[in-house]
Amino acid sequence: MQAGWAETDWDVLVAGGGNAALCAAITAAERGAKVLIVESAPRDWRGGNSRHTRNFRCMHEGPLGPLTGAYSEDEYFDDLLRVTKGRTDEDLARMTIRASEACLTWMQDHGVRFQPSLSGTLSLSRTNAFFLGGGKALLNAYYRTAEALGVTAVYDAEAVHLDLEDGFFAGAEIRAGGETHRVKSKTLIAASGGFQGDIDWLTRAWGPAAENFLIRGTPYNRGVVLADLLDQGAEPVGDPTQCHAVAIDGRAPKFDGGIVTRLDCVPFSIVVNRDAERFHDEGEDVWPKRYAIWGRLVAAQPGQVAYAIIDRKSRELFMPSVYPPIEAGSIAEMAGKLELDAARLEATVADFNAACRGGRAFMPTELDGLATEGLEPPKTNWARPIAEPPFHAWPLRPGVTFTYLGLKVDDRARMQTAGGGAAANVWAAGEVMAGNILGEGYLAGIGMTIGTVFGRIAGEEAAKHVRN
Amino acid sequence: MSATDAIPGSDAARAEARRALEICNACRYCEGYCAVFPAMTRRRAFADGDLDHLANLCHNCRGCYHACQYAPPHEFALNLPRALADVRQQSWADYAWPGFLARAFRDRGAGLAVLLVLAVAAMFWLAGAVSGSGGGFYALIPHGAMVAVFAPVFLFALLAMAVGGARYWRATRDLGAAPAHGLHHAMTLTNLKGGAAEGCNFEDGDRFSQARRHFHQATLWGFLLCFAATAAGTVLHYGFGAPAPYDLVSLPKLFGVPGGILLVIGAGGLLWLKRRADPALGVSRGAGGESAFTVLLFLTGLTGLALYALRQTPAMPALLILHLGAVLALFLALPYTKMVHGLYRTLALIRDEGEKRKTKP
Repeated sequence: MQAGWAETDWDVLVAGGGNAALCAAITAAERGAKVLIVESAPRDWRGGNSRHTRNFRCMHEGPLGPLTGAYSEDEYFDDLLRVTKGRTDEDLARMTIRASEACLTWMQDHGVRFQPSLSGTLSLSRTNAFFLGGGKALLNAYYRTAEALGVTAVYDAEAVHLDLEDGFFAGAEIRAGGETHRVKSKTLIAASGGFQGDIDWLTRAWGPAAENFLIRGTPYNRGVVLADLLDQGAEPVGDPTQCHAVAIDGRAPKFDGGIVTRLDCVPFSIVVNRDAERFHDEGEDVWPKRYAIWGRLVAAQPGQVAYAIIDRKSRELFMPSVYPPIEAGSIAEMAGKLELDAARLEATVADFNAACRGGRAFMPTELDGLATEGLEPPKTNWARPIAEPPFHAWPLRPGVTFTYLGLKVDDRARMQTAGGGAAANVWAAGEVMAGNILGEGYLAGIGMTIGTVFGRIAGEEAAKHVRN
Repeated sequence: MSATDAIPGSDAARAEARRALEICNACRYCEGYCAVFPAMTRRRAFADGDLDHLANLCHNCRGCYHACQYAPPHEFALNLPRALADVRQQSWADYAWPGFLARAFRDRGAGLAVLLVLAVAAMFWLAGAVSGSGGGFYALIPHGAMVAVFAPVFLFALLAMAVGGARYWRATRDLGAAPAHGLHHAMTLTNLKGGAAEGCNFEDGDRFSQARRHFHQATLWGFLLCFAATAAGTVLHYGFGAPAPYDLVSLPKLFGVPGGILLVIGAGGLLWLKRRADPALGVSRGAGGESAFTVLLFLTGLTGLALYALRQTPAMPALLILHLGAVLALFLALPYTKMVHGLYRTLALIRDEGEKRKTKP
């Protein structure tokens, strides 16, 4: 940790240490500002949820870097509309989409390396640029770039309070090394993420079921800065009672399980709850499109748990998961291993198998229309009997990716106040303001787009403010 | 592979590599770094032979470690470079012939130091025991005596490496082979480029650098040039009746002098990089043995250059004995030390290219 950081008068204080924070810090430092990053995580865990990311969704008129074909503003916006069901700010969203095109080159210029999209990934080589090595490699590059520009980053340092008077930021209380420091800075950029690391807050928002949720990313996104700014009259945006959750392996760690806990077996399985009953159409659509709804579905089941069960035929059809499946030679044995009622599970499987009428070719990579008949809920694609041992099962639990509640901003990333108008010297970027654009749902790689675009704008505006 | 059972820790090393690869295979963020990751995705389970193959494909560039969201202190404590380094070292011992020699040198630099001293002493004794009748070096040790010592050692090293290589080749025969492409990757060290990343993460945390690749290439080409110099000398001696010493403008010297310089720069550079590198990302034990071999390469180059520079001075006899001792130790140790990685790495690259072509849709 750099000595004297607490006593220095800073131009720009960046609260947070992920992608948006680094883009802001680098941009401000390149414009001559003296920048301090306070990252609440220790150095080994720096980078917030960005350390778990792997790609960046990017508009482009023609082939660009690792991206093939073209991805127009309108197509990008339509994709966003579809996942958010219209809950977005069109002007802000379109500005972000247009700005994404120039970001790719900027990222390369600041050390980020992209890779051609290879095997095993979702087929996204047209819309998403993949970071070589993933988000942690991107962060390593940005921290090196920031360091070379003279940015100071302190770890294990949390902004616990921001002094805000009539929308004017005057200084911050930073807790680091067991002490609370009062740090002076001319401007503040809030890039501190959501609050999903604070289980109590999640429980207040969602209800007691949230105690059974797993958090896919960092435990350091506790929403301290967000809560502090909202308490002092910042204008909120996004649904405070909602979080984005996917169904992940129920054996995953409470925090930071990341990508390897994802399960791709659902389309080829039947999914039952604790009562050994099915509760949703497992074959509704190809998995990338349905992946996100299963978090919510499982969260609504008793005990927030479910079990996906396949038979031998489907074993090789999807990406391996990190935890080996639970294996059994019969459905009754499987029920015993999953601690489900054996008779009910056998009945559920028998009913499902009887409703599988076949008659069409099984095609694992497209909607094959191989559906059940007379079954509720139906399985509308890939419906094949679960009949050939060995049987494999995976427990499913909701895995929270991020929260929607955030700080309202304008197109210059300025934090808005509840009284109306923008704060004079406070900007926000990244997950802490993503709710402006993502009212619900998620579009792969758009989190990094929002973070990069708003991080750069915030850094530029803060540096401009300092110069004047 | 009966040696497997005899070496403690073999199962533990492979179990850890298997655990690591199963996590990697569910993640795949590193697929752009090197050949290990695409090869890994072609498998869903990892038998011992798969582990040996992937471990020998790994160049220990460490890019994947610094990019890893599961590296310590994460509870998954993923350290793929170390896990593969341990299996790699284990695999060389398992494939080596005869097995008891592999275990003599595997872990410790001390074994090599003793070998070097013994080799120098043997040369010293040889110089005293036989009286030379030729000119130059051969006044000290006659050509016939040198051949009598070095030819068997060289042939034995070749045989031992051939047996080990053949064992590995058989164990991986299902993968196919593409020799030209594999050799290309071996000679240019494509896999140390880190994909689009411009190098590896060896000596300075997550900073990418080409230093290790360049020093390794200097070592490799230096070694090959020195070898070519010896071969050229042999041809001149027997084919053209032109014994050493040779002028600067002669094949042995045109190969040997640049070769020696490259070897000294390369091996010296590798030792310097290794001092700066994080030992936690290399083998769990036996790093001393790895370094000792690089020291031996460095000494071989250095004594060779010194011998050439000071061949007309009274230092010549001592330098000749030192140089020949170093060369003798080098060849004796070749099949049983880190040096053997060149053989297995090349074979693994040839297999990998073969497998790529076989599995292409």
